[in-house]
Amino acid sequence: MSALWKPGFASQRANWLGVLLLALFLGTFPLWLNTPYALSTMVLIGIYTIVTIGLCLLMGYGGQVSLGQAAFFGLGAYGSAILTAKGGWSPWAAMIVAAVGTGLIAYLVGIPIFRLRGHYLAMGTLAFGVVTYIVLNEWKQLTGGATGLPGIPRLSIAGMVIKSDLAYYYLVWLFALFALIIALNIVNSRIGRALRAIRDSEQAAESLGVEISRYKLQVMVISALYASVAGSLYAHYMIFISPTAFDFGVSVRLVLMAAVGGLASIWGAPFGTAAVTLLTLGLRELIPLLTQYGTGEYQIIAYGILLVIIMIFMPEGLVTASVKLWRYKLRSWIMAVVAKMSSSGRSGSSGHVKSA
Amino acid sequence: MPQYIFRDYLQFLVSGVSTGCIYVLIGLGLITIYNVTGVINLAQGEFVMLGAMLAVAYYQGLHLPLVIAFLLAVLSVMIIGALVQRLTIHPARHAPEVTLIIITIGTAITLRGIGLLAWGTTPRSLPEFSTGAPLVLWGAVLSRQRLWIMGTAAFVLLLLYLFFEFTLLGKAVRACAINRRVSQLVGINTEFMALLAYALSAGMGAVAGIVIAPLTLVSYDMGLVLGLKGFVVAIMGGLVNAPVAVAGGLLLGVFESLAAGTLSSGFKDALAFLVLLVVLLGRTMQLTELFRRRV
Repeated sequence: MSALWKPGFASQRANWLGVLLLALFLGTFPLWLNTPYALSTMVLIGIYTIVTIGLCLLMGYGGQVSLGQAAFFGLGAYGSAILTAKGGWSPWAAMIVAAVGTGLIAYLVGIPIFRLRGHYLAMGTLAFGVVTYIVLNEWKQLTGGATGLPGIPRLSIAGMVIKSDLAYYYLVWLFALFALIIALNIVNSRIGRALRAIRDSEQAAESLGVEISRYKLQVMVISALYASVAGSLYAHYMIFISPTAFDFGVSVRLVLMAAVGGLASIWGAPFGTAAVTLLTLGLRELIPLLTQYGTGEYQIIAYGILLVIIMIFMPEGLVTASVKLWRYKLRSWIMAVVAKMSSSGRSGSSGHVKSA
Repeated sequence: MPQYIFRDYLQFLVSGVSTGCIYVLIGLGLITIYNVTGVINLAQGEFVMLGAMLAVAYYQGLHLPLVIAFLLAVLSVMIIGALVQRLTIHPARHAPEVTLIIITIGTAITLRGIGLLAWGTTPRSLPEFSTGAPLVLWGAVLSRQRLWIMGTAAFVLLLLYLFFEFTLLGKAVRACAINRRVSQLVGINTEFMALLAYALSAGMGAVAGIVIAPLTLVSYDMGLVLGLKGFVVAIMGGLVNAPVAVAGGLLLGVFESLAAGTLSSGFKDALAFLVLLVVLLGRTMQLTELFRRRV
């Protein structure tokens, strides 16, 4: 069952077509739905998509679970926030420095963990996530503690401050599309092939000369960079951040987004993220109608059940599963048509036409 | 900086050991499940929460005697554990471990949500098992509940030891832990053993939750942190070595109580995870391999 996650093979041309279609959809989206609520939701979906793409690379191609991705997201956000709000840095410089710092931390955390097999990365990242969350809460002089860190400046391009949600929407999705293209290229590169080999069989890959721990470490650092940049974008969008946006629950939600989209499909990331975000919003509306408490926390039950069901019945994720279903349906439909035509053509022969 | 004397350290030691007993119970549950089924059960902490919550419900809601409430709660959680195994792990038992881990996360979230739905966000409490003045031991104060914790943990460990070493069923579970396929060949029903492992571990978690309940409040989200500490303990034992896990759990409890007493209580929870990272680091150097032994 090692080949449970068939990689979302798609030719380069199909990928570029997909990117073009997605860009077209995103570019025109504000034209037909331009409410502040829709735009801010889309901004958040874009930000989380960037994290999820990194997570898909790590989990789907590195074959490792990260239960602490929110920590890298948080390190990026706090790195940017502290450097700009307290250090007076330019946001862009801060974003790069935060990403480099986060990548370095991921590297240092990854070195010992990747020497081990099996569950240890999940445990290690989980521990790392919890420690980071506690440090964000407790190092009050630097992070402002649980009350949060206000006064983060907005991003600006060439002296123009990006104030409106619309402008930020385009900026974030530009980043997300760029992240998507890079990830698609990584998957189709030497490192992507090596990672796929590792995921299918570590022993086989190793005996063919693939340096397992090096590639795993690389993909871990890449996913941390993705999360960090997304965190910076989040900080400059929110202008105020507090540790609760980076706790264990967020890590779990990120895993859920990646799993819903399909762990081994980069294309699943935006759809999984959108599906989970919209589900969260929907449940937030729906659940107060069903229970008396109405704290909005009940959505986690639905999360949990959904996660279990998807993992049991569609371990390759919604997107891959539906693509497969569609292809299968299409193929059997074409087969049926061909069979019908050939049987009517040879109307005399009573040969049974085997359907697919 | 306050001056600490021998009495204070003794105090940290005794409260640390009793907290450590809780971690040991949770960690051993994880080790049992891992060895029999190969699953890291991230829902272990939720069994702890369910045990404590159900005990409170039986005791306060149904006005049952505390002993009956205790036993009934443990039994209920064991059944829940078996159900969880059947409904979530069993259908996906051939899936890769990444999938299984995510499934147990989903289970944990669901159980926590059910706890929230059933009992709300207000913390509940359970009375101490026996009333009376706390014991004083060379100046250190030891509440009776802490004695109960240590006693119960020791009793459960003894029962487990007897079960695994001297009963046919226990030996069958151990055989599964050593080699599932060979166990199957000699006629052991490995599916039933997996079910049993889940029920046992859920029971251990429930016991831990109920004995700690009088000291800490019971809330729907108590399982997360306790479950995570259980992992630290299980990983200290390399996921297979129960005696090392027991020692590690007690040590972790003492460390935490020392850190909370002498440094800052805020960082107390971070300590366990720093220990975990250090243990993982140590494992890469194959330190624990030196005295590795299966359960």
